[in-house]
Amino acid sequence: MPLLAVNDLRTWFHTRSGVYRAVDGVSFAVDRGETLGIVGESGSGKSVTCYSLMGLVPQPPGRIESGTAMFDDIDLLHCTPAEARAIRGKRIAMIFQDPMTSLNPYLRISEQLIEPLLIHESITRRAALDRALEALNAVGINDAAKRIHAYPHEFSGGMRQRVMIAMALITRPELLIADEPTTALDVTVQAQILELIKRLQQQYGMAVIFITHDLGVISGLCDRVQVMYAGRIVETADTRSLFYQPRHPYTRALQRSIPAMQPKGGDLYTIPGLPPDLSKPLPGCAFADRCEQATERCRRETPQLLPVQAGHEQACLRVQAGEI
Amino acid sequence: MADPILQLNDVRTHFPVHEGFLVKRQTGTVKAVDGVSLALMPGEVLGLVGESGCGKSTLARTIMQLIPATGGSVILEGRNLTAGSTEEVRAARRDLQMVFQDPFASLNPRLTAFAAIAEPLVVHKTCPPDQVAQRVAELMTLVGLSPRYMQRYPHEFSGGQRQRIAIARALALQPKVIVADEPVSALDVSIQAQILNLLSQLTRQMHLSLVFIAHDLSVVKHISDRVAVMYLGKIVELGPAVEVIERPRHPYTRALVSAIPTPNPDVERTRQRMVLPGDPPSPLNPPAGCAFHPRCPYAQDKCKAGVPPLEQVGGREVACVRINEI
Repeated sequence: MPLLAVNDLRTWFHTRSGVYRAVDGVSFAVDRGETLGIVGESGSGKSVTCYSLMGLVPQPPGRIESGTAMFDDIDLLHCTPAEARAIRGKRIAMIFQDPMTSLNPYLRISEQLIEPLLIHESITRRAALDRALEALNAVGINDAAKRIHAYPHEFSGGMRQRVMIAMALITRPELLIADEPTTALDVTVQAQILELIKRLQQQYGMAVIFITHDLGVISGLCDRVQVMYAGRIVETADTRSLFYQPRHPYTRALQRSIPAMQPKGGDLYTIPGLPPDLSKPLPGCAFADRCEQATERCRRETPQLLPVQAGHEQACLRVQAGEI
Repeated sequence: MADPILQLNDVRTHFPVHEGFLVKRQTGTVKAVDGVSLALMPGEVLGLVGESGCGKSTLARTIMQLIPATGGSVILEGRNLTAGSTEEVRAARRDLQMVFQDPFASLNPRLTAFAAIAEPLVVHKTCPPDQVAQRVAELMTLVGLSPRYMQRYPHEFSGGQRQRIAIARALALQPKVIVADEPVSALDVSIQAQILNLLSQLTRQMHLSLVFIAHDLSVVKHISDRVAVMYLGKIVELGPAVEVIERPRHPYTRALVSAIPTPNPDVERTRQRMVLPGDPPSPLNPPAGCAFHPRCPYAQDKCKAGVPPLEQVGGREVACVRINEI
């Protein structure tokens, strides 16, 4: 049984200008100890998917229209607030993109580090502080004993992200959701943080959902990758298949448009047009308007995510029909 | 060999740091740009890479004379901008334009696309008033926007389209040099590719020189002829883009290249990463000698002794005293 099984999640935002279908029928599962990467461009619904699981979608305007998310017999989308609180921050932890805005600037990091422990475990302050110190050491902060009482502004961006990781992992969660944790960091610091996440994951055996727009970051870190476009999953496969045998036209186009996968000199491949407006209902495939291989049928029929081989699913009608 | 169109000689941009409540005293100097010399050829694309705080944006603004240089000179086609009067600098801006990172912040939300693109034409009076509309339409077409959208406001455009407006505005005066400060960093990959293609087409078509600043080495390698790597206000390596990024020589460039994750799982799983310890040091109090020595795996005592100069090493310039030993 997977650790987390999401089925047909739909999160829509009811705004004055219409119903914005940010996540529209997403199903996936995460096994214990597995690293799942979710890639997509801005607005593809990758963050909203995870926010929905954590109960962080502001309601209203957001509303979870349908779906279940079974985390060990508990449906995260329909459980009581008390049940959700018992899981959130304890068994599922989350780290965010910008460590400056996700740490409270008024509180010493010691206070912020021990907060999850004081909430979730019956532990004394003193013992909690010892655990916090241990956690800071584990994420590689030198002089942890001295720095634990510092304020967030006294740390650099990379150090703040380490503090965030220490805080997320202090309760030994079974699942860590990392929402673009290295996007705001420099490459050399990003390399440090990725190594750290990899090491701690092996050490604690936790599952990780890693959200990013950077295919490079995914390739070394994740066991499995799913590509999202316009609120739906268009392709999901183990990392090697996704990079070496991408099937869906969007995944292929995405790979062809990044400079790192192109020979120098010639023009980059570009995906024409813009992502669709999600406030309008989309008959058919969301990518059809930008797809070079789209036919009349693609604009009419909504594709389903179907397996092309074991462990590799994709949602393109023409690939499914064996036409491309 | 042709004369360079833009030349930087030992450019320094230092910011004083003041402390004290009633009586302000200068307590230190941030050497954001500290002795940069470069020459940009006509039609050349020069990539400028480095991590945040290395001074690449300050250098861009110093070239543009948006921040005064505290030393050295910026010479555009024989005109010394750092010593020039305000009028001379203003006149030189016709030939020297800038594109900024965030097209949300760099366009005035109250100006329509037409007004934003027409503004330089009107200010510099390079276009008779009755032809402004036609010229704006031409510029919009040039950057791949439909002139139908002329009367729209920035919020009605997507990020990529806004960056196209910013590029059209920079091209309005037919400049010779464009300084682009992270023009694609705020954009999604598929949009990034469109803007990169546009920039390289324009440089070819209009024989423009481009200073392209980015932190993404694969983007820089794709678009640039030469690349300069900066660390703490200084250039540490300068050479042909493909050479420098595929076969880096300076230890910092090596670390930077090795830190980039590649979209290739097999390579990624087997490669040996050179993970640098720590963060870049504060430019307020840079380490003595080579600024990189506290993080450098090859550092020795002699690295602390003096600031290494940029020296010719096999077709490129590298600032490392141990370059022939490592």
